[in-house]
Order: sequence, then structure tokens, then C-alpha cells
Amino acid sequence: MARKSQTLGWLYSFMVYVFMYLPIVVVIIFSFNKGRFAIWTGFDLKWYKLMFANKEIINAALNSLFLAVSASTLATIFGSIMALVLTRYRFIGRRILNGGVYLLTISPDIVMGISLLIIFILIQIPLGFTTLLISHVVLCTPFVVVTLMGRIQKLDEDLVAAARDLGASEVQAFVQVVFPLLLPAIAAGWLLSFTLSMDDVLISFFVQGSGFEILPLRIYSMVKLGVKPDINALSTIMFVGTVILVLAAQFLLKTRRN
Amino acid sequence: MESEYIIELKNISKYFGTTCALKTVDLSIRNGEFITLLGPSGCGKTTILRLISGFEQPSGGNVHIGGELVNNVPPEKRHVNTVFQNYALFPHMNVFDNVAFGLKMQKMPKSEIKEKVMQMLSIVGLQDLAGRKPGELSGGQQQRVAIARAVVNNPLVLLLDEPFSALDFKLRKHMQLEIKHLQRRLGITFVFVTHDQEEALAMSDRVVVMNQGSIEQIGSPVEIYEEPSNMFVAQFVGDINVLKGEILETITSDLPDSNHAYRAEVEGQIFSVHSDRKFEKGDKINILLRPEDLKLEEEHLGQSPFLAGEIIETVYKGATVDIAIRLDTGLELIAAEFFNEDDEDIDYTPGERVAVTWINGWEVVLLDEDA
Amino acid sequence: MKTRNPLIRLFILAVAIWLIIFALIPNFFLLAISFFEPDKHSYVIADFTLNNYERLITPSFITIFTDSLWLAITATAICLLAGYPFAYILARASARFRPWLLLLIVIPFWTSSLIRTYALINILQNNGLLSKLLEFLHLTSEPVSFMYSEFAVLIGLAYTMLPFMILPIYASVEKLDTRLIDAANDLGAGSLRTFWHVILPLTAPGIMSGCILVFLPALTLFYVPDVLGGGKGQLLGNYIQMQFTKPIPDWPLGAATSTILTLVLLLLVLGYKWSLKVSSQRSEFDNADDDREQKISSRFQAIPQAPKISGLGARLMPRKQRIAGSATEGNK
Repeated sequence: MARKSQTLGWLYSFMVYVFMYLPIVVVIIFSFNKGRFAIWTGFDLKWYKLMFANKEIINAALNSLFLAVSASTLATIFGSIMALVLTRYRFIGRRILNGGVYLLTISPDIVMGISLLIIFILIQIPLGFTTLLISHVVLCTPFVVVTLMGRIQKLDEDLVAAARDLGASEVQAFVQVVFPLLLPAIAAGWLLSFTLSMDDVLISFFVQGSGFEILPLRIYSMVKLGVKPDINALSTIMFVGTVILVLAAQFLLKTRRN
Repeated sequence: MESEYIIELKNISKYFGTTCALKTVDLSIRNGEFITLLGPSGCGKTTILRLISGFEQPSGGNVHIGGELVNNVPPEKRHVNTVFQNYALFPHMNVFDNVAFGLKMQKMPKSEIKEKVMQMLSIVGLQDLAGRKPGELSGGQQQRVAIARAVVNNPLVLLLDEPFSALDFKLRKHMQLEIKHLQRRLGITFVFVTHDQEEALAMSDRVVVMNQGSIEQIGSPVEIYEEPSNMFVAQFVGDINVLKGEILETITSDLPDSNHAYRAEVEGQIFSVHSDRKFEKGDKINILLRPEDLKLEEEHLGQSPFLAGEIIETVYKGATVDIAIRLDTGLELIAAEFFNEDDEDIDYTPGERVAVTWINGWEVVLLDEDA
Repeated sequence: MKTRNPLIRLFILAVAIWLIIFALIPNFFLLAISFFEPDKHSYVIADFTLNNYERLITPSFITIFTDSLWLAITATAICLLAGYPFAYILARASARFRPWLLLLIVIPFWTSSLIRTYALINILQNNGLLSKLLEFLHLTSEPVSFMYSEFAVLIGLAYTMLPFMILPIYASVEKLDTRLIDAANDLGAGSLRTFWHVILPLTAPGIMSGCILVFLPALTLFYVPDVLGGGKGQLLGNYIQMQFTKPIPDWPLGAATSTILTLVLLLLVLGYKWSLKVSSQRSEFDNADDDREQKISSRFQAIPQAPKISGLGARLMPRKQRIAGSATEGNK
């Protein structure tokens, strides 16, 4: 009986995995298809070649990479400071600041997108790279904060005390003890921010403007028109990139855990 | 200039907001002694430790280390080191780097660091594990690293904050001995914090019993145990029986080491009691007796004066047996006897009538503060 | 730690300013604009009006709202029904496989929802995989298309949001002390009663945060109807988007709709609070941090511990595999 229900459970889980991955696998397979339609006609890399020859896509991809690197770097710096301040220090208004970060993290992306758009237009920042950068930093920072907060809270308060006790100044204690222990989480936060920035549609849609096209919105305008093999190729690359980043982030969070 | 005391806390008080953690404490710690701060949690013992290490500043009074006023000296500038409760070993550094940390902060030359660290590691028996990370060590090994990391800096005073709380019973006993030996060998002053009275008695030269931010008594383990100066100390350190009584008259002491003797009514009987304290006729008193100080006989063999009662329970404890007795006055006592199967005087079965007395002069007499 | 360090004070100030500029002011403006008159030239005129909200109670909007609500609720229900058993099985899987199994959920979690939505086209389109499967099962005799229907939008929402339901539930099940289940069984409760009286209340926060994480995006992911619905199955998100993209934008109407959305969010947060009470995960001594952390951690910490590659590593791995090496696994 127990055994039977266990088998049933595994079968069920397997079905969920199939549901989750089948569409992606199909996209990957057809990205190598010779033919244009969803019938396998032989292996070919022509859709990848076509995609790489598409200046709009390449341009948007480069823009996105540049934006994602800038945004996640800034978000990581701000987020790290925020996380340290909110966890390690007690001060008046700390709860309010915590509440603010909370508001940012759970407010729907679309609300964040339009409210930022309104601000940008009101203070007359022309839509483009700057507005995208600001928006992505706002989007990513809370992710970094939360990734780090967990790690900081787990950090034994006595470790800093021990360093001080052994003759390290406040700064030395941070450099020698706190920072090395947080580094993996900081790096993971960066990778996750990067992923977020590369994938965001809901916010970017409103604040993009016309001069600086980014990849997710390029894809958005392409997929509205249905399946195209070169989008399959692009999606495959994006998917593989995500897998690598997630693996790297996990590896960072795992190492030095003991 | 060289004072007998390495640490002096003068008139120290400490408030956290409006909560008082320490009220006007004076404590002088001799150079080279093993002193233990003992008390229940929240009694202020850890606060004293943190005032010495520099993680807290006193709200009032002065902290002197090695004769110097250190009230505003940050922890990193004080020549004291701490063994933290959960060791606080740096998880990203191996054993060697952990132990070397303090020396590196002092900017000592590398070769010298290496020599000192390896020497220290061999003292604590960890020279073969220098390359391991703390996570790969057992609890006892981590403990040794923590001690080595603190001691290698050659501090004036080593502070130990409940260092054994994470160890199991056996290892705990073992580490107690090891630390005691280490202290003798190094000759460094150890200030040890614990809530475990047995540990305090076993390890210390002097014990400071604390309660609610005040020092209740300072003394050698023997003094603390045998001559508790108040009810808190008596009841916190070890088991104790408390008999109620009243001073009837002063008599001449027949014991050489007691200054005063009194005839007193104790639980309805008339006894002579001895004390160094001065009492007046009519004073309500508590007579404190350790379980092992009580003598039991079968009731019909008892020689007056004695307290008559009945055994209600016996608890076998291996080497000793605890006997719970209910006196005819209703008071319950605990007596501890060495277990002897062949003892014919008494077989300690519940219901047996017994006469309770004690060894003359071993009683502690305190004024009953509640009366 | 109290601080006397001026640098830290500066940082605190910077954090405060950051939040004022990027959290407080935008939301405040959004709220304010929802009470303003729309204007052709300067988007809005600062005249107080309730007109925008009145426009939201017209039948046409009510239809959009209820349809969108219906889609989001159904998608959330599908995710919950499909995700709960899955998360439960996953959290009870042997420690050796669990990190890998979890990884397989985390990857779609972080994969662009747009791309995953797009990937569904191959399944749902005319002569796609679903159609072929139905033909194979003789449920249909000719190719069918599921595209451009409310059904496609529903599947799209459930498909993209499923990992967002699984991970928080996984976290709460994983935290569940199995001895409690043993105790319930020991006290004579059958599986069903154990589930109802013990497991369900204790995993309620996971369920609630999963529902928040699925329900809100399910109201707003405007590209799902764009890609799969072809004009059908419009969401609140599409409506808001339209107010900002139509030739004559209507900011106040969009802002009012967003305000409604924010109110829905607040209701859900209250529901989450309630679920915490049910599970008693939060004692009265806990501070707000723990609370907040629980809520969002599942979303943002959805990275399980990386499985170590070596076999030895796998055996040395702590028994508890946790999400994101952080908050989700709990505030002890």
C-alpha cells in the first residue's frame, strides 16, 4: 500500500516535470530543425546563423547585456549596503525602512513599471538607457537585499566580536571576516539580478522609450507574431544561459556553507 | 604601581536603556587566579565579561586592566582575549589561520607567527589539524582551537564565556580538567563564566556568585559551599535543607572555630547552634544543612535532641543514596548517605521512623530575612 | 549593534532616501494621479475627481475585471492543486536526490516567463503536441488548435506560474517537523485527518505566499494573452497597459486600476498574516523582519543549495536541503 502510493507519487512528480520541461525541450529541438515548421526534417544550424545575422536581435542582445551588467552591479552594491544596514544595526525608523523594502519586493511589477514611468515623465528624464537602468536597479535591489539578509542573519554576531577581540578594528573585521563570508551570497545576488534584468518585460515595456531596444522586448514583439525558428534558437540560448547562471548562483550559495 | 590585582571593577553599573544589568559592582581579580562568575541567566555575569573585553561601556564606575583605566578603550586595543560561547571560529579560515588571526592583526612577522601558532597548536594537541576548516572538527577540537586562538596572543586575562555549554557531559568533564591544567601551565588569569555551580566549584580558585546584577558572595569554592553568606548563595550552590528556628539565649561556644553559640529552638526542639554571626535573643533564624551533613538513626536509638520524622522516599544514586524525610512538623528534608548495603542501623525503607541530627558545628545559621 | 560610525549613518540615510524616491514617491504619485483628470497634452490635470473610479464600476470594466479575476483565480487553483502534492513529494524525497529535483524546479523559476509562454505555442497550436496526443488517444479525429482562446491563456498562466507556487510550499513542507505527523498518527489520527489538522495548518504560510506569488502576476502578465490569447482572455494587466499605450493615453484610469491591484495585494498580505497565525510560526516576540522575510523569501530565495558534484559531497551534505541558503528555511 505504502509502496504503491509512493510509486504513484513519483509518477505524478514525473508528469509535472514533463509538463514543465516538454515545451522547452520542444523549442530546443526545433531550433535545430532544418525545416521551418513543427515537423522534424533534419539537423541544421541555419536558424542560429539566421539569428546571429539579425542585426536587430544582436543589437538588442548587446544592449541587454550592457544594461544587465550595469544594473546588477549597481543593484548588488546598493543591495549589499541596504542588507547590512537593515540587519546589523539598530536605529530609529528601521522598521519603516524594512517595510519600504517589503513594499518594493511584493508590489506587482506592472505597478512598479507605470509608477516609475510617471515619475520619469514628470521629472522629464527622456526614456531610454537611463530610465531602464534606474528601473532595473530598483527591480533588482530588493532581490539582493533578501539574498544577503538571510546570509547576514545567519552570520554569528560573535564572529565580528571575536575579530575585534583579537585586535581587528571595525573595518578590519569587516574586510577579513564579514566580507569573505558574504562574498558568495553577494555574487549569487549579482547573478540573480543579471537574470532578472535579462528577462524583465513588464517594467521595461513602460520605461524603454524608442532609442534603446533590449532583448526581452525585442522577443516580445517577435513572439506576438507566432512561432519562428530563429526565436527558437534565441530562446534556446537564453534558456541555456539561465541554466548556467542559476547553477553558478547555487554553487556560490552552497560553497563555504560549513 | 604594580598592583596585586590585574582587573579592577570599581563602582561599576550598567544599564541597557532603563533596564539595570549591573548595580554598583566592585570586583578585583588577582593576577594569575582562576576566577568564576557564577549565577543564573540574566544575573549580569556576561555583562561583566563584556565590560572587561570592551564590548560594553559601563554606565557608571571604572574598569581598570593592568592598572590602567580602560573605560573608553575599544576591544581591539585591550590585552584581554575571549573564548566565545559557541567558539566563533572563522568558518572560512583553517585552524592555523584562525589561531594566527590575532598575531596577524599585531603585524607580527610571518616566521614568528608560524612558530608561535604551531607551538600553541601543539600545546592543545592540534598540530596535525592545522590545515582543517573549523567545520571539519569535533566539538572538543573546536573548543581547543578557540582557546588556542585566544591564548596565543599572550593576553593579560583570558575570558571564557560558558565555553562548555555545547559539549556533552563526558567531554565537558574532560575539558574542565584540561582548561584547569592549561591555566596552571600558562599562569594567565582566567575569568570564567558559567551557570553550572558544579563546574564553578570544580575549576576555580575563587567563585563570584551573582544574582540580579549584584554580587552575592565572593569566596573560595569551599567557602561558597560550606559558608554561604546568604540564602541565595546557599540555595543556588548545591542542595540544602532549610530549618526554621529562633534564638533562645547566647551560650559559651564549646567549639574552637566558632565564635558564638546559642541555644535555639529548631523545628520544635531545643538545639545548641554555632555561628560566627552575632544574634540576639528572639531572632528568627534559618539553619542551613547540606544533605550530607544530616545524620539518620532509627528513632528509638536517637539521643535527644533530635528531629523525629519518617522516611518517605529513597533515591539510589550509585555511590550515595538520597533519602527524603518528612519531619513530624511537616517539613521535608533531603539527606545523602553513602550507600552501604550491609548497614544494619537503618534500611531506609519508606515509612521507617528516623531521628535526624547533624554534626555539631556544621550548620550555617542565617538571620531569617523574611521573618 | 548600535552605531556611532558616521559612515553607517550615511548609509542608513542613503537607504532611506532610496526608498523614499523609489518606493514612496512613485506609489504616492500613482495614487494621486488616480484622483486626477486625464489630459490630452500633459497626461493629467491636477483636479481632484472620483471620475476614474466611477469609470471602473461601469459594466464593461466590471466584465474585464471579473474575467481577469476568474482567470487568475483558476490559474492559482490549478497551480495549488498541482503544486501542493508535488512540493510535498519533493520535500520528502531522499536527501540524495532532493537538491537535483529541486534544481529542476528552480531553473524554470528563473527562466524568462516570456520565453516559457512562447514555448507553449508549440504545444497548443494547430497540429501541436497536445493535438497529436488527443489524436493518439482517439479523443479527436482531426488536428485541433488550442491557441487564441481563454483556455490557452489559462494554461499559459498556470504553466508559467507553477514554480512560483511549488517553491514556497516546498519550503514550508520541508520545514515541517515529521515528528508532528508521527505524533498525530500516534494519537490516532488517520492520514486524512492528520493532513487536515496538522499538515495543512502548518504549511498554510507556504500556501498563502505561493498564492500571492501566483495570483498577482496572473492578473498582470499582459504578454500571456498577447502571445497565446490573441485578444481573448484579457487580463487586468492588459487593461492597464492599454491605458498607457493607446494613442491618447489615459493615465488616471490606469492609475486607478493599479490602485485596485494594490488593494488586492494588501488583502492578500492580510491573508498571509492570518495564515501565519494559523500555523503559529510567528510568536509574539518575533520582530517584523522575520515576518517580512518569510513572505518574500520564497520568491526571492528560490535557489536551493547547489548539489555538490562529487559523490562524497552528496553524502556530506546536510540532511536538510534548503532554499536559497537563507530565510525560507526559517526563523528558528
